[in-house]
Amino acid sequence: MALKSLKKRANSLADSKRQLEILSNGIFKSGELLTFKESVALTNQFPIKSKQLEILQINLGYMCNQVCAHCHVDAGPDRQEIMTKETMQQCLEVIKTTSAHTLDLTGGAPEMNPNFEWFVEEASKVGIKDFIVRSNLTIITSNKKYHHLPEFFKKHNVHVVSSMPHWTQGKTDKQRGNGVFSKSIEALEMLNVVGYGMPNSKLKLDLVYNPSGAFLPGDQMGLENKFKKALKEDFNIQFHSLFAITNLPISRFLDYLIASENYEDYMTELVDAYNPEAVKNVMCTNTISVSWDGWLYDCDFNQMLNLKVASESKHISTFNEDLLSKRTIITSQHCYGCTAGTGSSCQGAVV
Amino acid sequence: MSKTYYDPADLRKFGKITDWSKDLGEKFFEYYGKVFEEGALTAREKSLIALAVAHTEQCPYCIDAYTKDGLQRGVTKEEMMEAIHVGAAIKSGATLVHGVQMMNKVNKLDM
Repeated sequence: MALKSLKKRANSLADSKRQLEILSNGIFKSGELLTFKESVALTNQFPIKSKQLEILQINLGYMCNQVCAHCHVDAGPDRQEIMTKETMQQCLEVIKTTSAHTLDLTGGAPEMNPNFEWFVEEASKVGIKDFIVRSNLTIITSNKKYHHLPEFFKKHNVHVVSSMPHWTQGKTDKQRGNGVFSKSIEALEMLNVVGYGMPNSKLKLDLVYNPSGAFLPGDQMGLENKFKKALKEDFNIQFHSLFAITNLPISRFLDYLIASENYEDYMTELVDAYNPEAVKNVMCTNTISVSWDGWLYDCDFNQMLNLKVASESKHISTFNEDLLSKRTIITSQHCYGCTAGTGSSCQGAVV
Repeated sequence: MSKTYYDPADLRKFGKITDWSKDLGEKFFEYYGKVFEEGALTAREKSLIALAVAHTEQCPYCIDAYTKDGLQRGVTKEEMMEAIHVGAAIKSGATLVHGVQMMNKVNKLDM
């Protein structure tokens, strides 16, 4: 596995324009497959319009201690994009007034932002109903300075959502890097010890599953049952829910699909699995994604493709919920990733 | 262009068999779908059985389909290979158990 981001390697796919070109040409241009717009129009659901804002997702930076093969952020230790305290303050002003009930912090590894803990402390005072931190787990055990994070999360009643691609070491390490599985298990044990993920515990611990290759996730409930059984039996680890998330064909996963000659088959599978019912619940309609430098996007994927919201309110400094709730969602062929089968979102299946 | 009897793209067209025999085709797919639902066996167990049978039947479409199905269900490569060995063992066992018939015949005919 490459240990550097596409950006550091000066790979052409680090350029979002190049990614969008690939997604619009080839099998979509030739008419072999319907474009996303054409598929959605078949059931008169195009253009997709935003609804009431429910989730504010803030990306605190692209720096990460891992370099996962499928990462749509192209995150890694070599990424320098980090949200400043000033932008965080602008976010806090929005959190105080927004009607969103969920605050969702992501990255990179959001914990690597030097102002992460200050931001969590300030944001938790506002009284958001569901305060999520997306943790890659290994960050907790990577350095002494992060060992207290389970206690810190508990103190601020943070809902921890963690990545875990498989219940076995082999498949986990192949996707996320050598040693990731054992470090993740150690971090899950630390979270369980303080009460996270235990039956009836209010300290929510959910896991995110991404397929470790060019295939779609299977039935979410079936996978959750298998994860629960294996992690309990093998490591005495417990968690609440599993979110099965489809890998979207952008950034490093797009690079992998092309290099492994799986791109056309994968896109065909996504298009074949297109489910108009999933369009009704796609997360972009109730989410705003904020980038490290304060720009606003329909979702984290559009953020990585540099597709800013189609609204006069484009930046956290000029955040206007009324305007944003009337916007049209920007789409391209990557959106098939969220509408395949039972659908996919940062909260897993949507149908 | 080289031509072969099997084209991976044909798997996507499987549903088209209904075009020329609607009633029977639809009944087959309804039955097929029902068979693979969760039941006394889990859908995961059924997927592994299908993978083993796909190999004993030597059906390339089925091998592609149930390898991917297994990956989607989180089935590991070790589990897949063991399932295939079950199929192989039954195949070779079925050959060898006929050896008893051969032995019976020899014992009857041979002085």
